[in-house]
Amino acid sequence: MQPSRDDFVIAVRSAFLKKENKQKFSLIALILLTITILTLGKFNFKAVDYLKISLKEVAYRSSFIVSVPENLVKDFYQKTKTHFSIYDENIQLKKDLKKQLSKSYNIEFILAENKRLKETIDDLDYFSDEIVAKVLLDKKSPFLQSVIVNKGSKDRVKIGMAVLDGDYLVGKVVDVTYSTARILLLTDLNSKIPVDILPNNIKSILSGTGQENGIIQYVKIENVIENQSKVFTSGAGDIFKPGIPVGEISKKIGSSELNVNFYSDFSQLRFVKLVLYKKEEN
Amino acid sequence: MSELGRFNYLKVILEKGPIILLIVSVLNEFDFNYLNLKYFSFNFPFILIYYWSLKRSGSVGYGLIFLSGLLNDVVIGLPIGLSALSYLLICGFSAYLRNITLRPSLIKDWFFFGLAILVVNSISYVIASLFFGFEINYPNVLVNILFTFLFYIIFSNIFDYYHRLVFGALNA
Repeated sequence: MQPSRDDFVIAVRSAFLKKENKQKFSLIALILLTITILTLGKFNFKAVDYLKISLKEVAYRSSFIVSVPENLVKDFYQKTKTHFSIYDENIQLKKDLKKQLSKSYNIEFILAENKRLKETIDDLDYFSDEIVAKVLLDKKSPFLQSVIVNKGSKDRVKIGMAVLDGDYLVGKVVDVTYSTARILLLTDLNSKIPVDILPNNIKSILSGTGQENGIIQYVKIENVIENQSKVFTSGAGDIFKPGIPVGEISKKIGSSELNVNFYSDFSQLRFVKLVLYKKEEN
Repeated sequence: MSELGRFNYLKVILEKGPIILLIVSVLNEFDFNYLNLKYFSFNFPFILIYYWSLKRSGSVGYGLIFLSGLLNDVVIGLPIGLSALSYLLICGFSAYLRNITLRPSLIKDWFFFGLAILVVNSISYVIASLFFGFEINYPNVLVNILFTFLFYIIFSNIFDYYHRLVFGALNA
């Protein structure tokens, strides 16, 4: 047994400690350096932060350029796919348009009435600073579902800003560099936002699942929530303003899980709005 | 003369092919997200690093592998150093296999690769969840490992062809 154990030790030592031909560094030296960076990064050591910032600036821009061919293939695939369904979609859209037009007249009236009533009870109103940003990268990993946009601290982007695709909430800003920002999508496992579920006005937390949908957590009375109930931000914790549309409930038969189908398709994000809501007293 | 010069230039680029492909793949991440395949992902850098460290150690420098790991962390949004550690450990596994192998065979390389990615992924996920508090979607991770393992055979054959074309016959 002794010789085989020696062989193992020699092979491991040779693999990790010996500097091989044409290699400038030994493996163990680089592994130790990596562990040091990881440990210092955990404790937010300044030198590691600077390294991170410089790498981000270089990597995001280079990655955008390197991704151009793949994005062309992606666009071609999406366009081809949509061409096949365009006729049926057109008929459906015409029907939907008729419905929406009639609804929009009601909404205009309700908005005006709502504003008048808020003024009467002296309630808070919200106004917002909007920044339109282009999605540079949409890389998803088993850990993070996030996108990088081309606006950063130089454009006055701040951590915590809400990110909208049209009128729909898609995530929030979690990291800002000088010229870019990272957006944590609502589908990410670490994303938790306070929501209101209508029509029963139930307050809850919407959590990401790492998949395409979200899930409603911490609700005691699940049966009260019906299929296709609408999910809006509740405004609790002053993170987002109340009433931003997020998605709708999808309940599977025989399951107590309350899944949320998001209104926005996160794989199709091209331009997003970064919004900072401020309270304005009437 | 100029044609000869152009030929040498092309040869140098082809010889640097593996490392160029590695840098491009970490910056680009061939993730096929747009296909909306729910359970499909694989880790191309793992395959590339393992294969080239095993078959031609000099063609991908450890320093550049370390740098590409840092770039991958930045692009994906992982704690900086995590991918670099995974990539270097993969190099360690392939260097160990190279040292103990007298008669290389594709099947042995393949199964050792399976073992290597299981160990390396376990280490990096333990660090990510315990040290950095990341929540991990385990089914996705398992699918990623499985497809990475299965795709090794396909990419290994492609790389063998490239190796013969650029560097000549394989020792293996």
